[in-house]
Amino acid sequence: MLRQVEGSHAVATAVALCRPEVICAYPISPQTHIVEGLGQMVKSGALAPCEFINVESEFAAMSVAIGASATGARSYTATASQGLLFMAEAVYNASGLGLPIVMTVANRAIGAPINIWNDHSDSMSQRDSGWLQLFAENNQEALDLHIQAFKLAEELSMPVMVCMDGFILTHAYERVDIPEQAEVDAFLPRYEPRQLLDPADPVSIGAMVGPEAFTEVRYLAHAKQLSALDAIPRIAGEFAARFGRDAGGLVRGYRSEDAETIVVALGSVIGTLKDTIDEMRAEGIRIGVLGIQSFRPFPLAAVRAALQHANNVVVLEKSFCVGLGGVVSTDVRLALSGLQLHGYTVVAGLGGRAITKASLHRTLREAIAGTLAPLTFMDLDWRIVNRQLEREAAHRRSGPIAENLLRDVGAVAARVG
Amino acid sequence: MMQIRIHGRGGQGVVTAAEMLSIAAFEQGRHAQAFPSFGSERTGAPVVAFCRIADREIRLREPILAPDVLIVQDPTLLHQVDVFQGLQADGYVLINSRRSFQELGLADIQQRFRHERLATLAATEIALKHLGRPLPNAVLLGGFAALSGLITLDAVAHAIHSKFKGQVALANVAAATEAFACIVRTREESAHAETS
Repeated sequence: MLRQVEGSHAVATAVALCRPEVICAYPISPQTHIVEGLGQMVKSGALAPCEFINVESEFAAMSVAIGASATGARSYTATASQGLLFMAEAVYNASGLGLPIVMTVANRAIGAPINIWNDHSDSMSQRDSGWLQLFAENNQEALDLHIQAFKLAEELSMPVMVCMDGFILTHAYERVDIPEQAEVDAFLPRYEPRQLLDPADPVSIGAMVGPEAFTEVRYLAHAKQLSALDAIPRIAGEFAARFGRDAGGLVRGYRSEDAETIVVALGSVIGTLKDTIDEMRAEGIRIGVLGIQSFRPFPLAAVRAALQHANNVVVLEKSFCVGLGGVVSTDVRLALSGLQLHGYTVVAGLGGRAITKASLHRTLREAIAGTLAPLTFMDLDWRIVNRQLEREAAHRRSGPIAENLLRDVGAVAARVG
Repeated sequence: MMQIRIHGRGGQGVVTAAEMLSIAAFEQGRHAQAFPSFGSERTGAPVVAFCRIADREIRLREPILAPDVLIVQDPTLLHQVDVFQGLQADGYVLINSRRSFQELGLADIQQRFRHERLATLAATEIALKHLGRPLPNAVLLGGFAALSGLITLDAVAHAIHSKFKGQVALANVAAATEAFACIVRTREESAHAETS
């Protein structure tokens, strides 16, 4: 059924359609509306049987999800930003134990400076945690990916993060097609755990493993992620066959087949890129986009196949590895090993800075002209950067950086964009 | 694609207004996207919300920098925030005020833009009368339906009912309906003044 709803509501509805048995949550923006919505459904009895557990922290949220999942319950939680960092130890435990928890990450920047707005720093910080990471381009895909995520997680016995841009998607009202319960039931079978804490058939889960088998347990996690490279497109295909629309998969190209320049991106910025690229195509510029839907496992072969004929590859990413450069672009570079092409990393949209068509036009034209720096911070305000550097050169006690820059910027309320 | 920017202050239902507008457009079979500004939302602080309406899927995620429509929920913002920034030459403007553009010190705006697409509406007073609270958001949507004809009053009423329940919804619909009639009456009076 077509509905005009908030992205968080669409995701809460999708999660409820998957019949989770335990939901634990600790509120943090911009994820809060999702678990609020689910809490209301559990309280009203619309989602039953399901236990909604308020916990005292994100660390507790993931710990409860681990315990619940180990007893065979389909388990879900959601978080963002500092919340994801606070639960990090348990995040690794969930994947190390092979528990198929599904978690929404409403992508948000990490402080300091504290910032509630969108970028991909939070989930990128957990890229090596062993969780699968799927990225949504719009709210329909966010909804659809959650339904696929439970199937994928339970088939592999591995946890899955569904990443959606905080505020840009979670707080956006747009049209979504919400499937019928019977259709989701037919797509998503009952959870059949590989391991179960059952008093009638006792096992222990979570043994200490020494050097004799630790590498092998870790290798098996890697092998499972590699098998997800087959499972993800297969499940996306089954989803398309049943629900009549494409969502998920490993990568998705847009006007990229004959493109000389291809922009690689994740998440909602792909929409703005598509509009920009249509305008550039109308001028005869051969440019396209490659969206990465599965960031973990990283689809090296699919990325290489999609990019190998291009002359210029621009990785546009909302994450940043301090002291090195891009996070996604490091993986893309690995996929392109041995190929001769021009590669650029563009860091954009950090801490919610708007990524505009105008800035994309300018940046992509510079890449095509060969004048773009290998690592570019799009729309960087050099004026306030240089002013701070001058301050630091002039005075030992130059003061706190964030406060200084805010003073230099002036009143933020006067700005619209 | 039509792009609408709504300015107001935290607590006035700015974000809800954009959401209701998107629901009204959806109700009329259009694609619509509503989203809040990327600024701090504190009570009393300037808040911006956006709505795009189109006949095909809306993929663009940038804030609305060149709006076709401006709705200003709080006239005290006029001299604090550059609300008219990027407004299209044939754009619509609806301001919550009992005063005229001239009285608000906006004579230059009246000259630069198409005067039949500019209106002020005493939305706070209409809201107080129907809701007992100074919440002008739904009222202004009723006014916008009359000013532009781009959405119907029925669709606005439907959107109000999807966001509010019971007596609150009914009072908001009544307020939006009065606003619609008020703008229609003002239009007719000014058209009459021009022809006579």
